[in-house]
Amino acid sequence: MSQTDFGETQAVFTPKPDLPPPAITVGIIGWVRGNLLPDWFNGAMTVLALIGLYFVIPPVVNWALLDAHFVGDSRKACKPNVQIVRDQVVTQATMPDGSTMEVTTSADRIVVPEGVVPNVRWERRMVEGVVRGKGREYAKVVVEKDVVIEGACWVFVGVRFDQFIYGFYPKSERWRPTVVIGIGLLMIIYMLTDGLPHRGRVAMFLLIPFPVIAFFMFSGGVMGMPHVDNSKWGGLVLTIIISSVAITGALPLGVALALGRRSQMPIIRWFCIIVIEFFRSVPMITILFMALVVLPLFLPPGTSFDQLLRVLIGVTIFIAAYTAEVVRGGLAALPTGQYEAANALGLGYWKMMRLIILPQALRIMIPAIVSLFIGIFKDTTLVQIVGLNDLLTMVQLAVTDAQWIGLSKEGYFFCGFVFFIFCFSMSRYSMYLERKLHTGH
Amino acid sequence: MAVAEGGVKPGKASFLYDARIRAIVYQVIMAGAVVMFFAWLTMNTLDNLEQRGIASGFGFLNHPAGFGVPFSLIEYTEASPYRTVFILGVLNTLFVSFVGIILATIVGFTLGVMRLSKNYLISRIAAVYLETFRNIPLLLQILFWYIGVLQLMPQQRSSIIIFDNVFVNNRGIFYPALKAEPGFMAVPIAFLVGIVATFILRGWVKRRRDATGQGFPTVWAGLGLIFGLPIIAALVTGLPWTWSLPRLQGFGFKGGSVIIPEFLALLLALTIYTAAFIGEIVRAGIQAVSHGQTEAAHALGIKPGTTLRLVIIPQAMRIIIPPLISQYLNLVKNSSLAPAIGYPEMTQVWAGTVLNQSGQALECIAMVMGTYCIISLSISGVMNWYNARVALVGR
Repeated sequence: MSQTDFGETQAVFTPKPDLPPPAITVGIIGWVRGNLLPDWFNGAMTVLALIGLYFVIPPVVNWALLDAHFVGDSRKACKPNVQIVRDQVVTQATMPDGSTMEVTTSADRIVVPEGVVPNVRWERRMVEGVVRGKGREYAKVVVEKDVVIEGACWVFVGVRFDQFIYGFYPKSERWRPTVVIGIGLLMIIYMLTDGLPHRGRVAMFLLIPFPVIAFFMFSGGVMGMPHVDNSKWGGLVLTIIISSVAITGALPLGVALALGRRSQMPIIRWFCIIVIEFFRSVPMITILFMALVVLPLFLPPGTSFDQLLRVLIGVTIFIAAYTAEVVRGGLAALPTGQYEAANALGLGYWKMMRLIILPQALRIMIPAIVSLFIGIFKDTTLVQIVGLNDLLTMVQLAVTDAQWIGLSKEGYFFCGFVFFIFCFSMSRYSMYLERKLHTGH
Repeated sequence: MAVAEGGVKPGKASFLYDARIRAIVYQVIMAGAVVMFFAWLTMNTLDNLEQRGIASGFGFLNHPAGFGVPFSLIEYTEASPYRTVFILGVLNTLFVSFVGIILATIVGFTLGVMRLSKNYLISRIAAVYLETFRNIPLLLQILFWYIGVLQLMPQQRSSIIIFDNVFVNNRGIFYPALKAEPGFMAVPIAFLVGIVATFILRGWVKRRRDATGQGFPTVWAGLGLIFGLPIIAALVTGLPWTWSLPRLQGFGFKGGSVIIPEFLALLLALTIYTAAFIGEIVRAGIQAVSHGQTEAAHALGIKPGTTLRLVIIPQAMRIIIPPLISQYLNLVKNSSLAPAIGYPEMTQVWAGTVLNQSGQALECIAMVMGTYCIISLSISGVMNWYNARVALVGR
């Protein structure tokens, strides 16, 4: 249809496509400009950061991956298979007073034997050293020599892996801790997944009968499972045992202490305040020392019980004080209307707590409890000071083993990595929960 | 509801259901149980001590210690009594905590600000640092620095030499020491005067700003006073000191001072670990200040740097300080991990060496716990005072 029939023209708006944004504000260039070089100060910071990363990342990657040894079953797999020839060279040395003198010193040269594929890299470097000069003085000397580039020996971690995980638990019985921890983990995941039926019952099972079953599984002596003394428990398994027992025991104890602290009765309130504040103001290691040397004095003469149990009691009471503060926070976060409504319904104190207050307060507290658990998990490493063989202690024992001496970095990196994986995933979960709870209201 | 005259009055409830009487009964039972429990503990302890032939009491404090320690801030020899060892331990705890707190605060604040930077790279680096070091046990970090790094430093003979006079090796860092000569006291006095003058200046600047709105470069002036005055004092008194330089002689270094690796490992680990937590606190604190504050400041024409200094940080501080102080408290408590590497602080010398030597378990543990309680309660006291002050001024 033509519009010209009407004898007049009408402006028709035909939108033109938008101009594309300037090339320097989109894509990679735009991102770099916006995020890395918005102004001269940030540009300088970016350059500094890049320089810093250049000095950190390549050496670490080279050491941990590229130059590392992964395959093998003994220390030999990590030893350089090239020949190091020690040449005698004559060179100038500088005395502390600035004068020079001629000295003979050794310079390494690397020779690849026939038919051998070198398993290390090396480079020729100027190396500064010190030689004995005249009398008691030392002279500085610079020699050019081949230096083997050091790589990580992950073979060590591979060989010791079972011990890091299970400690000295007998090899044939290691399925027991694996099964118990696996089932426990599955139940925790079930309990924390939304929308599954009977989560409360699973939680109750996890809290009350499961620890008993777990104890018999670990310790044995029933149902044809040979007894394993708890001095043999160790490694990551022991770390998990101590931290889970501590949090399981600390939860009810902490709830009791927190309720006591909010109580109207002065004697009970003050007792709880003193207990909570005392345990929160001393470091955990003093509690462990106390469990080790003072607890035996407190018990009737002749009673003795083992190290692990003492540590567990100490750690549980210690954590309970922190749990109490978390619970107190959760109770305080509930609107007073909940208390008043429960009172108006004629519920007594215990019914009110059990049916109205605690279920809501505990739900708010889950992120804080997860953070607390992360703290316990990390603090469990302290038990090495009282002689239990947790993961860190097993690593310590391994790196001081004569066969593997000098590989402490590998051991600590592995141990740190394991802790990082556990703690990082838990902290992410706690952050996710916090966001979920936050938007829920 | 009205009750008819002469109607049935509600019967008096059985005293079993009277809340007040119940409360009293509960508390009597509780108090009784606690007293009985402690009596039982005391009796057991007395029996045990008698059986083992341990004389309780603090008489052992005057006995000579008979062992050496690698690091001490006070005069100490092997003949010194146990009580000197205790003071030494407490001072070493406070010393490593104090230095650690200062360093962790600096690193932590830097990280917190870096984490919020618009610069992607900087923010990522800070995030990786925070997540990594928060999630690795402190004890592991201490051992890593001590065994994995500092003990692998070169032997004394092949020390790493920095500026000809600082030597780094597996026995620590040897550095030139300052030997005071008469008149040296002028320098620290000038330093203190500088600090006091800065505070006075700050008060004056604040009053003037409140009255007239004029600003003043307090930070630069303060730095000038704190560092400038001692420098002037030193120049005026004619540099009243000599340097004692460390030199390798025979099997060890003579002269200078040394930072022992045990101290360095503990300090590094405490700083790095706590800084990660402080970084998170600072980030959360700055983010908690509503964005409207920034926009309002910009609308008033205040420059971004000034906005940060005068609008954002003062408000963020109110949120940052309480958790920050509890991190300081954690740092002090965490310094008790020293027994793992043998830095002679309170727990190591007292709950370790002295306890084993003297066998006075109860007394030693009680003294250590009591000292930590005092330190913790004082820090909490400071925090409560600060909270009260901020609440008063702020609202």
